[in-house]
Amino acid sequence: MDLFLHQALAGLATGSIYACLALAIVMIYAAINHLNFAQGEMAMFSTFIAWQLMQWGAPYLLAFVGAAAFSFVAGIAVERVLFRPIHKAPVLSHIVLFIALFAILNSLAGFIWDYNVKSFPTPFGSRSLFGNGLVSSHDAGMMGVAFTMLVLLYVFFRHTRIGLAMRAAAANPESARLAGVRVGRMISLGWGMAAAIGAVAGIMIAPVVFLDPNMMTSILVYGFAGAVVGGLTSPGGAVFGGLAVGIIENLAGTYIPYVGRELRLTIALFIIVAVLTAKPSGLFGRAIVTRV
Amino acid sequence: MIAGVALALLLPLAIKGFFLFQLTLALIYAVAILGLNLLTGFNGQFSLGHSAFYAIGAYTAAILMDQADVAYYWTLPAAGAACFIVGFLFGLPALRLEGLYLALATFALAIATPQLLKSTPLEPWTGGVQGIVILKPEAPLGLPLNSDQWLYYFTMLTAALMYAGAVNLMKSRTGRAIMAIRDNPIAASAMGVNVALYKSLTFGVSALYTGVAGALGALTVQFVAPDSFTFNLAIALFVGLVIGGVGSIPGTLLGGLFILFVPNIAEELSKGLAQAVYGFILIAVIYLMPSGAAGLIRLIVGRTARSRSQPVHFETASRSARLTRETPMSSSTSGDENAK
Amino acid sequence: MPAALLETVGLCAFYGATQVLFGLDLKVGEGGVTTLLGANGAGKTTALRAVSGMVQTTGDIRFCGQSLAGWATEDIVRLGIAHVPQGRGTFVSQTVEENLKIGAMSRRDRAAISSDIERVYGYFPRLKERRKQQAGTLSGGEQQMLALARALMLRPKLMLLDEPSFGLAPLVVRDLFEILRTLNRAENVSMLLVEQNASLALDLADRAYLIETGRLVMTGAAQDLRNDENVRRAYLGY
Ligand SMILES: Nc1ncnc2c1ncn2[C@@H]1O[C@H](COP(=O)(O)OP(=O)(O)OP(=O)(O)O)[C@@H](O)[C@H]1O
Ligand SMILES: [Mg+2]
Repeated sequence: MDLFLHQALAGLATGSIYACLALAIVMIYAAINHLNFAQGEMAMFSTFIAWQLMQWGAPYLLAFVGAAAFSFVAGIAVERVLFRPIHKAPVLSHIVLFIALFAILNSLAGFIWDYNVKSFPTPFGSRSLFGNGLVSSHDAGMMGVAFTMLVLLYVFFRHTRIGLAMRAAAANPESARLAGVRVGRMISLGWGMAAAIGAVAGIMIAPVVFLDPNMMTSILVYGFAGAVVGGLTSPGGAVFGGLAVGIIENLAGTYIPYVGRELRLTIALFIIVAVLTAKPSGLFGRAIVTRV
Repeated sequence: MIAGVALALLLPLAIKGFFLFQLTLALIYAVAILGLNLLTGFNGQFSLGHSAFYAIGAYTAAILMDQADVAYYWTLPAAGAACFIVGFLFGLPALRLEGLYLALATFALAIATPQLLKSTPLEPWTGGVQGIVILKPEAPLGLPLNSDQWLYYFTMLTAALMYAGAVNLMKSRTGRAIMAIRDNPIAASAMGVNVALYKSLTFGVSALYTGVAGALGALTVQFVAPDSFTFNLAIALFVGLVIGGVGSIPGTLLGGLFILFVPNIAEELSKGLAQAVYGFILIAVIYLMPSGAAGLIRLIVGRTARSRSQPVHFETASRSARLTRETPMSSSTSGDENAK
Repeated sequence: MPAALLETVGLCAFYGATQVLFGLDLKVGEGGVTTLLGANGAGKTTALRAVSGMVQTTGDIRFCGQSLAGWATEDIVRLGIAHVPQGRGTFVSQTVEENLKIGAMSRRDRAAISSDIERVYGYFPRLKERRKQQAGTLSGGEQQMLALARALMLRPKLMLLDEPSFGLAPLVVRDLFEILRTLNRAENVSMLLVEQNASLALDLADRAYLIETGRLVMTGAAQDLRNDENVRRAYLGY
């Protein structure tokens, strides 16, 4: 029982990583109705920016804010330069562009910062909590950050004019235009916000998985799994989904032979397929009742 | 057309060694992409996980040859059958998934495949991380061909059969049902098409094609290992599909050539930034021809010869391009039509 | 005829390579109601979309004497042109009240927006009862009301109405046209009205156009069209 609890807690800790990324995924999905397969690489690149700023002597907080701000602007730039010109092309073409972006960012990061694994600092320290070495103070801090972001996003989307405008633009662009919403700007803003959230996620994750150009590949899958489990339309669901994926992954690793060492990603696959099969709109996704 | 076939047949006499090997591989990729295209272009289902089926095909062939001494030509039907079954089974749960959700589930499949292949329980068969080395087939009946040349012809023959099969399938009643589902699943089911069955079947057939390509690939490379089948392969196949043109059967040949040669070109241009160069090439191609090569050709053909009747695949390409744009991203309606 | 609020000159519209409108000259007077009649597929919706900048056009569109050529939809809307689209354009997963707030998105006067919400609830009490409900769950007629209410939140000078009576019960249609009349008389909202119910439309309108396959075939005071033998037979059914 004790082992179970401890493993669940540890799962919660890794889960909060996935939750951060899942949140970024859901954000961009809300803004553009696409899944960004390059989201992980964007987060990785942002994290390198933060690392570089610190190498240049910037204090942690400045590097954190600087990287988030850079990512916000870069996210908008990517949307404007890369995606806007082809916004009418088929979805499949968009996915190819995501793949291209993925390749470019990965390769560029390797070229600039090389492929050696780098350590990344944490402001929360790495003391062990609960005396069992499974949950560190960084893990706790990470959960705090994920939760704070969630609350901020909730307030932003539910209670601000611009949040409502973003939701309107994503839900029904044509109708939103007819209400005077500047849809193009909302899409850009969504990209910027998603990139910034991704940056925060990357900076939180890097102390745990270390920094290198490939740090995000498998985490992205878990992030997707979390987002899907929660239902792609719900930021709260994304956080819950991310945490759930973390816990399930950890418990399965503990109690099912082979899984822990070798088949962690298979668990993610299994979760995605199982949840989607049982409930195609995710656990918290909105099943919209549309009347014609 | 005839000139093309003649050229393809005579090619091995003119070129040798590595380039011939590459051409064989490009043809194999084309068959794999054709499999993906049957699913995406003609049935409207996404997949970012076809590397899994390619891997299953390759491993089926390798294990049969390595452990059971099965003759190489028998490994193709075996690989096809294995992949058909796996694809059909994967297609059953995937039935309820629409658009990007399906892309996501298959993406996860692609990510998980190498891990599964490496895992301890399967190691006695798969050889774990080491993989399996197999022998190159020799030309039969004392034909005066070296094994590279023979493999080229063998691949050619198989591919020709597979392409002919695909064209005929799409012209048949079954093919019309498959395409009807893509164009309007609700109307199709109202017309009495068993949507669930046909979607799963298409998944199976698609996996079969890609699996046979995988077996051919194993024969050609003479080696299978888990890391040859990462999601990079899945993405390459997907890119080949889009570049060639979604819903275009001849386009898949172009897709095969693209994914084999363009990364090499990128490598030539810049060693350190090869991936980035490749990315930029992809972006350029998408900008220049947003609906793939088939779309571009359709545009040109449409401009220069409006009066001539257009080949079937151009028509379907345009329709599937529209379809893929309008595939519902929210799953609010997914599953309903399958509930029956 | 009062001074023109909206005027199109030689308006042509295209969907890709297909031309749908062929040189329409339309006018909506300041404070006036113009109705556009025509069979299915004649190009009525397209004409409204052209005014809102949602299709490719040639020719000129002038609003308050200002040319709108090349303007983006968002900016056209901000001039005070509210378009109630065919098919309503409801934001299905937002609540009724959020829909209304979206309608006021181009305005910044917070206090006035709140009072306007109450005002449109006055016109449509049914919506007030359902203010917290997801708009996708409203009945078709209720969604039609919501579309109108959303447009009103813009405080429009001109409304482009595309078949506002579509799918409504006859009694509700009568109420709706009463509301339109009130808006026009009391709040001086001008209207360009597309309507299948030609009889009601001609009652409300002062000016009418009849189009066939994208071309004007008849123009005049609403009263004149009403009395025209052909219009009577084809559109009024008596
Ligand atoms: N997006 C589009 N692409 C191509 N053609 C279109 C498009 N939308 C409309 N059309 C065509 O333009 C013509 C006019 O359509 P429009 O919707 O303006 O007709 P309408 O007069 O509003 O008809 P209704 O009374 O049925 O609403 C029709 O022939 C229609 O097929
Ligand atoms: Mg219409």
